[in-house]
Amino acid sequence: MTLVEVKNLGKSYNAQTRVLKDVSFEVEAGEFVSIIGLSGAGKSTLLRCINRMVEIDEGNVIFDGLDVGSLNKQELRKMRTNIGMIFQHYNLVPRLSVIENVLHGRLGYKTTLQGVFNRFTELEKEHAFFLLEKLGIADHAYKRCDQLSGGQQQRVGIARSLIQEPKLVLCDEPIASLDPNSSEIIMDYLKSITKELNIACIVNLHQVEIACSYSDRIIGLSKGNVVFDGPSFMLTSAHTDEIYGTKTVETRKLVTV
Amino acid sequence: MNEKAMRSQRKWQTIIWVAIILVFTYLASDITNFNIIHGIATLPNAITWIFSNLTITSETLERLPKILEKLAETILMSIAATTTATIFSLFLGLMGSKTTGTSSVLGVFARFIASVARNIPVVAWALILLLSFGQNSMTGYLALFVGSLGFLTRAFIETIDEASHSAVEALRATGSTYFQIVFKAVIPQCLPQMISWILFMIETNIRSATLVGILTGTGIGYSFDLYYKTLNYSAVALVTFVIVISVIIIELMSNRIRKVIL
Repeated sequence: MTLVEVKNLGKSYNAQTRVLKDVSFEVEAGEFVSIIGLSGAGKSTLLRCINRMVEIDEGNVIFDGLDVGSLNKQELRKMRTNIGMIFQHYNLVPRLSVIENVLHGRLGYKTTLQGVFNRFTELEKEHAFFLLEKLGIADHAYKRCDQLSGGQQQRVGIARSLIQEPKLVLCDEPIASLDPNSSEIIMDYLKSITKELNIACIVNLHQVEIACSYSDRIIGLSKGNVVFDGPSFMLTSAHTDEIYGTKTVETRKLVTV
Repeated sequence: MNEKAMRSQRKWQTIIWVAIILVFTYLASDITNFNIIHGIATLPNAITWIFSNLTITSETLERLPKILEKLAETILMSIAATTTATIFSLFLGLMGSKTTGTSSVLGVFARFIASVARNIPVVAWALILLLSFGQNSMTGYLALFVGSLGFLTRAFIETIDEASHSAVEALRATGSTYFQIVFKAVIPQCLPQMISWILFMIETNIRSATLVGILTGTGIGYSFDLYYKTLNYSAVALVTFVIVISVIIIELMSNRIRKVIL
């Protein structure tokens, strides 16, 4: 079943530079897709067009049968509850406790007043603890987030997105500020989300090797154009050279031959 | 050789700068008819006068309860002006900040109010308001209120912009409403910084309240003015002393609070 359909998407922040040009692809439910490309290639913009954190200029994004670009405020809010988002800098509220940050993920389902006065149900709280348990940070539930390590904070971010019970999780360079060990843990969790909960994941990544080993499919972005779209094993050095604009390096050729 | 040349160049630069400063000082004092030698010469006399006249005698200490009553009035007025200004500034700050602003028109409006209120000194506000409200504590309160409003709005805009951008983005992505974002991300994150600014504003307002009180005839400023004009210098000394002590106490208290919350 097609969950996300991006059709001829175009975006420009000013008249001179077009960040995205005629981008089209589809994502199935439960699929793990990596988007790779240089900084400034348009990865973050593409991700933010899907949940309309930036406005869509040209083309359409269809999420779960809804045309994202034409939703009104109320409908957009409702749609966003189905899309979790994970950020490079975790984007938690550092002064609040872990559990409070996790429960922020439920705000989309609440009225303004319920949200402001913390009217969370017992079920939601239990769900939050269940997720923290699963992610191995239940011991830190009442700690302030700024006392946690980067890897732990990112796990809080994952818990916050999962408590939304989303159909899709967008990850904007989730491991770019983490050490290799924590990166592996985070990527393993993301992979298990797609496998166990059948939630689709679209992940912006810098590391080609990690993208290849974790994702079902890779989309290569260069200067706002899709230059590669296919299963991970089809990605060759010629493709990465095109994506990253590097000249083919002799040694790399030798390895592939 | 090279080093020598550099040193002599440095020397010349210093000489030229000193000469320029001297010329400017001379020109400035010539234009304003200010004689610096005369000024320094009268310094000993002035200090002698201060020590012989501005002393607190036991007689004036009898006036202390009255003075303290006035002081309390001034402090309470400063706190009232600050707290009410805080409420309005919070809304203006949310409107003016790039992270939480909803429309550019409201943003410009908030910034405009802030800069008008802030760029006119509190004393000028007191004089302007004096014309319409007359000599009473309302005028003093309003003058402090307007000054605080301008300053706090500016401070809140900066605080909100700086502290909460990333968390606001995350909550927007979960489908939160505007006020959920404000109460769950912006305020928790900015609160310590905001309280710090509010405490600073209370300190500043107690200082300005004295000056404003002289103009509007209220609070400790009025006592100061009264004793000064009736040549009761030892009472003036007592008032000054009380103001200094209270400002120091308030400052120590707010430093303490800051340490705890930050």
